[in-house]
Amino acid sequence: MKKIIELKNVCKSYDGEIVLDHINLDIYDNEFLTLLGPSGCGKTTTLRLIGGFEQADEGDIIFMGERINGVPPHKRSINTVFQKYALFPHLNVFENVAFPLRERKAPKAEIEEKVNEMLALVKLSHLAKRRVTDLSGGQQQRVAIARALIARPKVLLLDEPLGALDLKLRKDMQQELKKIQKATGVTFVFVTHDQEEALTMSDTVVVMSEGRIQQIGTPVDVYNEPKNAFVADFIGESNILDGVFLEDCKVRFAGQTFDCVDTGFGKREPVDVVVRPEDVDIVPESRGHICGVVTSVTFMGVHYEVIVDIGGFKWMIQTTDFVDVGEHIGLYIEPDAIHIMKKSEYSGLYGDYTYFSDEQEELEAAEAEAEAGEEAAE
Amino acid sequence: MNPDAAALRSRFRRKQGALLAPYGAWALLFIVVPLVFVAFYAFTDNSFTFTTEHIVRFFTAVSNADGREVRTYLLIFGRSLKLAVLSTLICLLLAYPMAYIMARAGARAQKVMMTLIMIPMWMNFLIRTYAWMTILQDTGILNGLLSALGLGRVHIIGTEGAVVIGMVYDYLPYMVLPIYSIMAKMDVRLIEAAHDLGCNAVSTLRRVIWPLSLPGVLSGITMVLIPSVSTFYISQKLGNGKFFLIGDAIEGQFVANNLHFAAAMAFILMVALLLCMTLMKYLTNRQAGTGGARA
Repeated sequence: MKKIIELKNVCKSYDGEIVLDHINLDIYDNEFLTLLGPSGCGKTTTLRLIGGFEQADEGDIIFMGERINGVPPHKRSINTVFQKYALFPHLNVFENVAFPLRERKAPKAEIEEKVNEMLALVKLSHLAKRRVTDLSGGQQQRVAIARALIARPKVLLLDEPLGALDLKLRKDMQQELKKIQKATGVTFVFVTHDQEEALTMSDTVVVMSEGRIQQIGTPVDVYNEPKNAFVADFIGESNILDGVFLEDCKVRFAGQTFDCVDTGFGKREPVDVVVRPEDVDIVPESRGHICGVVTSVTFMGVHYEVIVDIGGFKWMIQTTDFVDVGEHIGLYIEPDAIHIMKKSEYSGLYGDYTYFSDEQEELEAAEAEAEAGEEAAE
Repeated sequence: MNPDAAALRSRFRRKQGALLAPYGAWALLFIVVPLVFVAFYAFTDNSFTFTTEHIVRFFTAVSNADGREVRTYLLIFGRSLKLAVLSTLICLLLAYPMAYIMARAGARAQKVMMTLIMIPMWMNFLIRTYAWMTILQDTGILNGLLSALGLGRVHIIGTEGAVVIGMVYDYLPYMVLPIYSIMAKMDVRLIEAAHDLGCNAVSTLRRVIWPLSLPGVLSGITMVLIPSVSTFYISQKLGNGKFFLIGDAIEGQFVANNLHFAAAMAFILMVALLLCMTLMKYLTNRQAGTGGARA
């Protein structure tokens, strides 16, 4: 496979705050690559650097073998679908799509033909004369895609394009985008904070956090073999525990020794252990590897989300079996459900389900502190 | 419909009506009634019987200028229009880049620039015009400066140029502000999108920024053209009274107590401006409508 874009040691900061910290990334021809991460992780900045809207402080951006730092956006064979589409409100659907061709002074017949072809691709032929301000979000989205693809760019950048759409429409558009990408053969670089979207659409997922790339891999790889606690927590749900790697295929965590399938860590090396909530079986206490008390049960439709307190650590388990709050249950974990990761700066930050979000955790901590203060005052 | 919602809505309407009443009264008293009076006076004579004589007089009155017979008021009107259009164009040329720079500047810089534009407006209009007299006089500040630099003197006061300078200075803020407010609201992503889709700076301006800013340009033009076409003070002070403009003519007739003819001229001016603005609005709408003139 041919590399189409390479980022080499790219750094960027705003007002002394580091946004991108030595990013190295290869993007291959014809692939659907997703930059995934929470807000503020640097994914959009990465996209804007590739598009030419921002300049890197350090490092090189290589496009088809040539360094393109400083080349303005209109001279790059890269087009963008903007977050809120950025359609030109003074032009109708046809003219929005024709915009790049008119700039090149393409002959009238060619414009007519290509725009119609592109509108057909995004299924908007019947709305060609409509004002863009009269379109629904999904339709505007399609116009934006047609407009960005008509100049036949080598790479299409998409900045959270589905964020404003409702759930069902988003799912349709995910399929549609994937189809369009296959049909046109254009490399797609897609930015999202939605891990499900990233997993369903991408050939390659790039997980970012705090201006650094945490993991690059196929959707299956990043889900099944997360590299660190951040990735494990961000993609899907994970119980992440402190553990010690005893020897090949033996790991100790939660006060027990488990069989696992991982090898290649040092003897008695401290590690992070990930157990996905769907990989845990609920069994009677006598048959469980570990036991605990159910503290909450939430009905999710397909399954129940059960929080179990085991020695102070809150596990999340997804199960179709009903258990009641207060029930004592045993947990059974198969060896291949246990994933072992090296310790990282994210160890200990994630993976306990006392709270789902960091924000809630901080709020609760602050409240507890305030209460403690009041009691002391009395 | 839900009866509660209906009741709520009608209550809201009543409330809204009550709130609007003062403005309605104001508009009636100070806008509609005076306009009716102007029209009434324009089409009546001293005994308040209907006549078109004043209207006809405006178009037909003749006088001698340099031994030629000219249509007095049409000539004055033409001159007013010429100076006003010239001033408006100069205002637009100055204000457009100014508004663009302001809209793209940082928040602090925007505030400072806005204040700088507003400060002259805090001063009385007459005083500003007097200040320009002192600057432009043959023995004024400008000529003092020029001769001190050994560049000789220029005669500006009493020329059309001086009148245009005065108008541009006085009315520039009215051009800057509406364009600025449109540009400040313009989504930066649209400009980025234009770059992304192959436009350099010039074609981004031509194909995206300009058409989107047209509403601001239009209201700027309205706000500058109308006062400058009807001004009389600037032309009297900076034109040394040599340039009789339509505003001067109207003022003169009022002072001479020819209310009916003054009203007729005001009425014609109003209709002419209304036609101008309607035409312009039509043209810009057509351009801004679907895909520019080429579509």
